[in-house]
Amino acid sequence: MEHILLRHRDIADFNTLNVYKKNDGFAAYKNAVTKMTPTEVTQVVKDSGLRGRGGAGFPTGMKWSFIDNKNWPHYIVANADESEPGTFKDREIMEGNPFQFLEGLAIACYAVGANVAYIYLRGEFWELAAFLDQKIAEMEKEGYLGDKLFGGEYSLRMYTHLGAGAYICGEETAMLESLEGKRGQPRVRPPFPPSYGLYGKPTVINNVETFANVPPILARGANWYKSLGTADSAGVKVFSLSGRVRKPGNYELPFGTTFRELIYTYGGGVQDSRSVKAIMPAGASSSLILVNDEKVLDTPMDYASVRTIGADLGSASVIVIDDTVRMDWLVNKTVHFFNHESCGKCTPCREGTYWMSNITERIREGRGVPGDVDLLLNVAKQMQGKCLCALGEFSTMAVVTGIERFPEDFKKAVSKA
Amino acid sequence: MSLAKKYPKEIKQILSKYPPEHKRSAVMPLLYLAQREEGYLTKAAMQDVAQIVDITETEVVAIVGFYTLYHEEKGGKYRMQVCTDLPCALRGADEFMNSLCANLGIKVGETTADGSVTLEAVTCLAACDKAPMFQTQGPDGIKYHENMTVDRTMELISILKRSVREVR
Repeated sequence: MEHILLRHRDIADFNTLNVYKKNDGFAAYKNAVTKMTPTEVTQVVKDSGLRGRGGAGFPTGMKWSFIDNKNWPHYIVANADESEPGTFKDREIMEGNPFQFLEGLAIACYAVGANVAYIYLRGEFWELAAFLDQKIAEMEKEGYLGDKLFGGEYSLRMYTHLGAGAYICGEETAMLESLEGKRGQPRVRPPFPPSYGLYGKPTVINNVETFANVPPILARGANWYKSLGTADSAGVKVFSLSGRVRKPGNYELPFGTTFRELIYTYGGGVQDSRSVKAIMPAGASSSLILVNDEKVLDTPMDYASVRTIGADLGSASVIVIDDTVRMDWLVNKTVHFFNHESCGKCTPCREGTYWMSNITERIREGRGVPGDVDLLLNVAKQMQGKCLCALGEFSTMAVVTGIERFPEDFKKAVSKA
Repeated sequence: MSLAKKYPKEIKQILSKYPPEHKRSAVMPLLYLAQREEGYLTKAAMQDVAQIVDITETEVVAIVGFYTLYHEEKGGKYRMQVCTDLPCALRGADEFMNSLCANLGIKVGETTADGSVTLEAVTCLAACDKAPMFQTQGPDGIKYHENMTVDRTMELISILKRSVREVR
């Protein structure tokens, strides 16, 4: 099937301006700025059913329409902080198909009336930021960015901004704090960014992949886009497949593709022909899906269906766990990550991840005692619903579902002590 | 020499990205600039950054402490940052790291005797399908090294070690 987002896989040198232009690049942007009103652009995106690809799945057009038109200037920040363990799709989009992302970002800016956009990249994407700077300079030269674009009144500039190694900056209000030159700690919400964002001004923040969807939606129409995917999850998604599979990588597929197709048809099956024990569909933030019956693998990957098997699709970073993996080991890994990345602002997360890290460490090392599993579960449950942002909540997902869905692994681990 | 005197062009270019009334936004790119030569941030460099963006030195130090890619202490010329997070670990990252430690005769967090390489374990670098992998943070920025083997990594380390010797 022809790719809609990963078009560089079909067309050689797609990350060069000439090739992108030859393939109708920037036509949707030019058409939007010269022939459509911002409201009309937003309406098409609303009608397409596009939902945010960063993990939360919030309807994109609706987010744009929340922008406060009584307070100016407006900003857009592209979330290129890709840091969820198991997620590596935005990087491929920006490297392979940078102009489609930048065009989508430009269209979004026009739709919300922003004249400045920042692309917040995780600090590790050092080379990628330099690469995007080149692409932005090429767009300025071609008249796609700058003042009085396409002979009209609209002007737009884009800048990259590098983070410096902090997962929390992927949380949108922490990202704004970081961009303002502060420690990346989440803000108390409300107010939400469309009314109080960067420098206190109305701001829309979307994920890289979300922006990359916008040019094809405007070029081919909302109905075309809705015809892909499922009723509740329109369009295509780049699934990042990792873990114990033969062919890990990014796979662009319509929503509603089953786990089995992703893992076996595209991913080449499980390493050493073992069986799938569990799936984390949204990276380290996921609940652990127990794969104890073949039907689980036939679940379609869309927001609503994944919920029926006790997890969220999130950013669709599918980590495959085979039957050689012990869940007490796995939970120690995820908790270690969240403990390291907790920003320290709110007590339940700062203390909770610390204690979960201690307890899972001793369980994994065989120093745990039977009461430890209950203690761990208790700490995790105490945190739930009490943290300032989603990070704290996410840190408990694998812990709670690991203990509840794979009790034997934990029993075995503490009985050795 | 102060940062402002050493890099006037770069500082001007960095400040131009942000509204003049919000120049504090430039603190992160300026810290990268200040860290470029020594590989870590000296007290004087942090004071310079504070002065340029007009915030207190304490605020700058708080920012430096928050983000993992800024360093307050001298490390090796190159920091080799191996991802040992869950997806990489499922593809052998822990074993890879142990082999590197054994080959170099150092523990995670330590620096080789010649001061060329500091070995660090880091969290996810968004390259989970290409494990084992690591990044090197050095004077020329950050570079990814993916689908690595222990042998190829040791080759790279010997190149890095040679480059440190030659500079001396």
